[in-house]
Amino acid sequence: MARHRVPRIRSSEITPQAVWEGRREFLRLALGATAALAVPVAAGDVDATLATAFPGLVRTDLGAGLKPTAREVFTSYNNFVELGSGKEAPAENAHLLRLRPWAVRVDGECEAPGEIGIDDILGRFPQEERIYRFRCVEAWSAVVPWVGVPLRDFLARFKPTSKARYVAFQSVHDPKNLPGQRRPVLAWPYVEGLRIDEATHPLTLLATGCYGRPLPGQNGAPVRLVVPWKYGFKSAKSLVRISFVEQMPQTTWSKLQPDEYGFYANVNPSVDHPRWSQKRERRLGEGLLASRHPTAMYNGYETEVAGLYAGMDLARHY
Amino acid sequence: MPGWTWPGTTETLRAVALRAAKPLALVLVCVPFAWLAVDVALDRLGANPVEAVLHRTGDWALRLLLCTLAVTPLRRLTGWQWPARLRRILGLAAFAYAAAHAATWLLLDRGLVWEEVVADVLKRPYVTLGFSALVLLVPLALTSTRAMMRRLGRNWQRLHRLVYPAAVLAVLHFVWLAKAGRLEPLVYGTALAVLLLARVPTRLRRGATAAGA
Ligand code: HEM
Repeated sequence: MARHRVPRIRSSEITPQAVWEGRREFLRLALGATAALAVPVAAGDVDATLATAFPGLVRTDLGAGLKPTAREVFTSYNNFVELGSGKEAPAENAHLLRLRPWAVRVDGECEAPGEIGIDDILGRFPQEERIYRFRCVEAWSAVVPWVGVPLRDFLARFKPTSKARYVAFQSVHDPKNLPGQRRPVLAWPYVEGLRIDEATHPLTLLATGCYGRPLPGQNGAPVRLVVPWKYGFKSAKSLVRISFVEQMPQTTWSKLQPDEYGFYANVNPSVDHPRWSQKRERRLGEGLLASRHPTAMYNGYETEVAGLYAGMDLARHY
Repeated sequence: MPGWTWPGTTETLRAVALRAAKPLALVLVCVPFAWLAVDVALDRLGANPVEAVLHRTGDWALRLLLCTLAVTPLRRLTGWQWPARLRRILGLAAFAYAAAHAATWLLLDRGLVWEEVVADVLKRPYVTLGFSALVLLVPLALTSTRAMMRRLGRNWQRLHRLVYPAAVLAVLHFVWLAKAGRLEPLVYGTALAVLLLARVPTRLRRGATAAGA
């Protein structure tokens, strides 16, 4: 039988000091010091687009030291089946998403259900910038400066009750305009879900922008979920409905291929996808000769989120 | 079976077609590679260039393999002689793209991490299928010369029937790796089924005459 060698660590794989220090900052933030460390961006150091798109954008130190993937890269290579299969189709068809009027309905086990328009989301909640790693289940990754609201702050407005054990997220359903929804590729509309403690974790973001601009269609405009320690398909795009529910929601991919896509879908290098290894990832935009990077447990957010899964068998709850 | 004949300049036209077919095909099978090389040089392969090279070489390997398998049915159907002359070029080109594809995987995608390479070939069915297809194509490429053909005699034909399982494995490789909702594996699968079924009547007829003789 094959002997297992300890993989050699190349110097390029070692996290630079700055990143590591950034992570410590990050941890302090996650522990609740958000307000103290967040710095409102002074008008002088913001470029024009950013200032007009998100007046009063709050820059945080979350992810300081991570080097974002080029914007052109992250906005040209997307999985968004509603806009077409393949990685380029979503950007080509992004104009088919009707972005205004747009509202998100919040309902289910809560005291104050209601509908909120996208401009109210932008106007009533302070938008902040956070740089997160993004890891797709297909073993590619990126680093993205998101703009958005901590989901917990958003959800609190609707006063979930004690019966709200899970949160379900539903994406846009518009087969008339969205080419992918005219074929039964997936069971439309796209549904994702989180446990309530995952949904209200300080890292979970309701994103409205990336790279200082409103989200492009292919990245899930006008508002999407971002759960940085889970595989990308959990971060549902173009949300129209958020429901507090008592039972674990039936999510789109886990219904279609339950042995390949679980409900939790936490990034985990030691649990392979049935068809490929999850140990290493290809970072987008690094070129033809770049090697893969080792994938980190919980996508590098282990200190912050491991507690959510204490005692769980992660190979079974993949 | 004689082909249909054109009036007038038929003979010269045919002669020209026969003579031009090979060099033209040689140029044509190199086009996807040249195009890929230009895209690499100009950095036009997008966000995930390794995946782009894998996909393009894999696609062309499979397309050319199917073209190779189309030669015989096409000749029977039309009576044309020139397709038969292209079979070796098409087959060798299919092998070259498949080899480039596998090399891309080994060197650029897996970065020569042998533990992963071996584990993938043994454990991941889609890699096992692609690998098996490539292994079957190797002896065919090695025995593609005229000298080898002469040396192997009847066994050459027998050996080269390996192209059928190789094509089946290559299509299954694609079916297995493709994400839900992709149509191309189905298209290639149908094309292969048609090309294989097109051979059945001749085989049956030949079987019948052999039995009768
Ligand atoms: C050692 C042998 C082989 C290995 C390791 C291999 C590996 C791969 C890999 C890793 C992919 C990309 C999977 C993805 O992006 O999800 C792929 C795609 C593909 N391969 Fe192979 N392969 C092999 C042999 C072959 C052969 C012999 C053929 C055809 C004759 C072939 C045809 C294809 C095709 C058509 C695709 C899909 C391209 C697309 O998505 O457009 N492969 N292969």
